[in-house]
Formats: sequence, C-alpha cells, structure tokens
Amino acid sequence: MTEVLLEARNIGKKFGGVQALKDVSLTIRRGEIYGLIGPNGAGKTTLFNVFTGLYPRDDGEVLFGGKALSLESPHTVAAAGIARTFQNIRLFGNMTARENVMVGRHVRTRAGVFGAILRTRAERAEEAAIRRRADELLHYVGIDDRADALARNLSYGDQRRLEIARALATDPQLLALDEPAAGMNATETAGLRQLIEGLRKDGLTVLLIEHDVKLVMGLCDRVAVLEYGEKIAEDVPEVVRGNPKVIEAYLGTSAH
Amino acid sequence: MDILLQQIINGLTTGSVYAVVALGYTMVYGVIQLINFAHGEVVMIGAMVAFAVIAALAGSALPPGAILLAGVLAAVPACMAIGYGLERIAYRPLRHAPRLAPLITAIGMSIILQHLALLIWGRNPLAFPQLIDNPSFAIGGAAISGVQIAIILLSMVMMAGLSWFVYRTRFGIAIRATAENVHVASLMGVNADRVIAATFVIGAALGAMAGVMYGTYYGIAHYTMGFILGLKAFSAAVLGGIGNIPGAMVGGLLLGLVEALGTGYIGEYTDLCRWPGAADGGWMGERCADGAHFVLFGSNYQDVFAFLMLILVLVFRPSGLLGERVSERA
Repeated sequence: MTEVLLEARNIGKKFGGVQALKDVSLTIRRGEIYGLIGPNGAGKTTLFNVFTGLYPRDDGEVLFGGKALSLESPHTVAAAGIARTFQNIRLFGNMTARENVMVGRHVRTRAGVFGAILRTRAERAEEAAIRRRADELLHYVGIDDRADALARNLSYGDQRRLEIARALATDPQLLALDEPAAGMNATETAGLRQLIEGLRKDGLTVLLIEHDVKLVMGLCDRVAVLEYGEKIAEDVPEVVRGNPKVIEAYLGTSAH
Repeated sequence: MDILLQQIINGLTTGSVYAVVALGYTMVYGVIQLINFAHGEVVMIGAMVAFAVIAALAGSALPPGAILLAGVLAAVPACMAIGYGLERIAYRPLRHAPRLAPLITAIGMSIILQHLALLIWGRNPLAFPQLIDNPSFAIGGAAISGVQIAIILLSMVMMAGLSWFVYRTRFGIAIRATAENVHVASLMGVNADRVIAATFVIGAALGAMAGVMYGTYYGIAHYTMGFILGLKAFSAAVLGGIGNIPGAMVGGLLLGLVEALGTGYIGEYTDLCRWPGAADGGWMGERCADGAHFVLFGSNYQDVFAFLMLILVLVFRPSGLLGERVSERA
C-alpha cells in the first residue's frame, strides 16, 4: 500500500490574474481512495483538469507510476492510465449506454477506417471483445439491463454509473471521480459508496472529489483539503477532521 | 405520359445524388461544425477525373463496363486525397480560429479547386462518351432509364453502407462520440484528428461517386458544375437538419422531388391562359386566342425551388426536419 502512483509537485495554475492553484503537491498511493475536499472555488476541479490534461498547467510537474506524465493532450493522459468522470455529467447522450462504454475502449485498441470497412477477422474478433467488455462493465456498475437505452434517457443515478463504466473501459490505474454523489439521493449515494468500495477491493486507485464530507470521511483512506488554491491539510480522515485550519475553512473563523 | 410519375422518377434520381453529396456536408459539419463549401468542387473533380479517364479509354478494346469502372476507380481515390488534403492544409491549422476563418477558407479552397479544374480540363464541357446502351423501361405511363435505375440503386447502397458504418462499427461510434463532444471523446482515447480527417475522406469518396453519377445522368461534366450542385446539396443537408446523417438523406430525396415536381408543373400552373376567366373573352382573351400559352415561369426556374425550400426551412424550422441540436450549437 505504500507504492506511490501519482505524485504532483508544486502545481500552479493561473486564469488571467487569478491564482487558481498555488504550489499544490500531493501523492496518491496505489490502491487507496484519496479524497480531495474544499469549499466551493477552492480549485478542486481545476486540479482535476490539470491531472487529466484538459488544462495546461503553468508550474510544477506530475509523476505517474514514477514517470513524468505528458499532459499534452487528453488522449495521451487516458493512454497513460488516468480516467475521469465529470461533475456535470458528460455522456454521449444520443448514443446507447453500451456504445458509450465502447468509446472508452478506444484508448486500448486500434480502430481504423479500413479495418472497419474490410471486416477482417481480427477486426471482427476485436469488436466482439469490446462489446463483451462493455457488457461486463455495465454489469459491474449495475446497469446492464439498460445497455440499449440512449444515455440521455437514463435516470440521473444510472447516468453517473454509466460515466464510471465508460471511464473503467479505458483500463485506468487511477480513476478520478469529480463529485460523483452530486444531486444523488440517500439511496443512490449508498449504492455509489458500495460501488467505489468494490473498485478499491478490485485493486483500483480512486481519486475522489466530493462535497459530501460525510461520504469522503467514511470512504477515503487519506484526504487532502484545498482552500483558495492551496493545500491546507493532507492526512487520514480522523486527523484532517480535527485540523483547526480545516474547521476554519469549512465553518469560518467565527466558529472558534 | 404520366407527368406526375415521370417527375417523381426524375426527382428520385437527382434527389439520390443530392443526398449522397449532402452526406459529405453533414458529416463534416457534425464533427467540426464547419460548412465545407469546397465539397461541391470535390464532387466536380470526381466527375472530371472519371470523364477524363473514360474518354481516354473509350477507343480501347476494353469492355465498356471495365472502362466505366476504371473511371470510378480513378475518381474515388483522387477525391479522397483532395478531401484529406483540404482538411490537413486548409482547415486543421484553423481548428481553433474564430468560426469565420475556416468558412472563408472553405470558399477560397472552392475557388482554387474550380480554377485548377479550369486549367486542367479547359472551359468547355466534357461530354460523356456513349459507352453502354441506356435502355428505357416503361412503368405506369412513365419511363425510367437504366442510368436512373443504376443511380437510385447505387445511392441507396451507399447510404445504407454509410449508415451501417456510422451506427454499427466502432469507428462509427468514435465519429458519433466526437460529434457529440470532442473533448470527452479525446479523454476516452479517441484520436479526434484521425476521426475528423476520416469524415473528410469518406465524404469526398461519396462525393466522387455522386459526381460520376450526376455527370453520367446529364451526359456532361463542366468545371462550374460543382457550385450549383454543392449549393443544392447543402440546402438538402440544412433541410434535413445539418449534422444529422439520416436528415441529409431525407433532405436530398425531398429536395430532388420538390425540384422535379415544381419544374414539371410550374409551366402549367403559371400559364395565364389556363387561369379561369382569363382566356375566352376574359382579360387575357386576345393573347390566348387559338389555344396559345402565356407562361410566366417556365422550367428554366428549376434552380429556384431548392433555394425556396432552403429559405422556407430557415424561416420556419431552422434546425431542419430531423435536426435538433443546431440551435444550441450555433
């Protein structure tokens, strides 16, 4: 449990004159659930977008599996083994649930125009394997009965699950979940919690951004707290919970 | 002769060609929201290349079918190369530029291709050598020619093939994912550059076939033929809902039918002498004496219908018949 999977060193990011991230360093160990919390606007999602190559970073570097992670384009990050879901769900709404997951397999396979047209034996075998894998993943997240439904017709909770299945299809080493419980009711959140615990049991490393502090504290092995783009704490949940800076960030100074 | 049935047959023929060309516009628009105005010229070059090859081989001992096939086999790769080149040279560097820049570039590429064709093939129309007999079949008081049957069938096969490719294969899944959200598709490992280039190449291949069919149908190919054909196919794509693949097919066929029926009947209905109360001692009595006609709009107004449809669609249903996403994208 001590091998470091992702190490971020002194990450900085500016939007115009606003310092969205300042000197943020953190380490995520293989096999753990790592929580990232902080008040609104603390820079959680920005950090996420830097890790997944959506935003270029201004300072610092990211090591993934001991090697410098090329953050040039999103598909190289996906190929390196980082997959993510989005705070505001971004599925391919006009495609079926199964097709959404099949897109995720692209990163691990080569799909060419000519292969698709010529229907070589290898091409057909690979496509069948992708379809099978997609069905397995839909089953894994518990929505296999909705495989042929259009993504936009799924319930909110099922859409969240589908996003996770699509991210898993890229065979990630690190799965980054951006506020997966947002907008979920208590039952759905409980189901999500089970799903994430299952992921850990299966050896996946999870980075979890979440507003629901109770969920994070109950689920995560370690938690980092961001405030105004800076990391103010990083430890096991019990210690972070008692950190005066964290209490201040969440409740304001008047709480003292 | 049954004018209605005859015009429906003619409309389906040209409509099939419009539909195949419209697919090229709509696929590219679907993935990068660019109207590739040079697509009409790609179609024209397809026709020109095929005709040049066919004319060169016409005197040889090869069987006519083989000559025709050679023309197609030369036109399709040539157009695919042009489609790829357009994307690589003209559009990719402008991918993140304001939307007007690639649009103007598209118009520029269109002019360049047109004049390139002018330099190579000259300003006279190329006539299609009569290789194969074009038998005519009578059905229900109308006639359908072998070429018409071939065009309609071939178009149906191409449209079915494209639908299968886009909706059933995983490269098709990647195309649709890119069309919906290029950023998320790249996060899933889809190489957006390859997908975009592929839509240009596929659209150009279809365009080449359409050019050959169109030229064969009318018997000539000319360096300016791509302009009006491209505009009509673009109208068809908008009619069906640009970015929507089934929409382009429906829009093309519908446009062909409206155009053919409109052309077939406009002379009759704008003949003032046939209006009630006009002839036979009416206000047009003198001019209409002895069964004369006074036609306001004749079949030379053929091209008006496509653009009339385009205007009506833009006014009453801007997202097109099957479109839904245009308003949020635009």
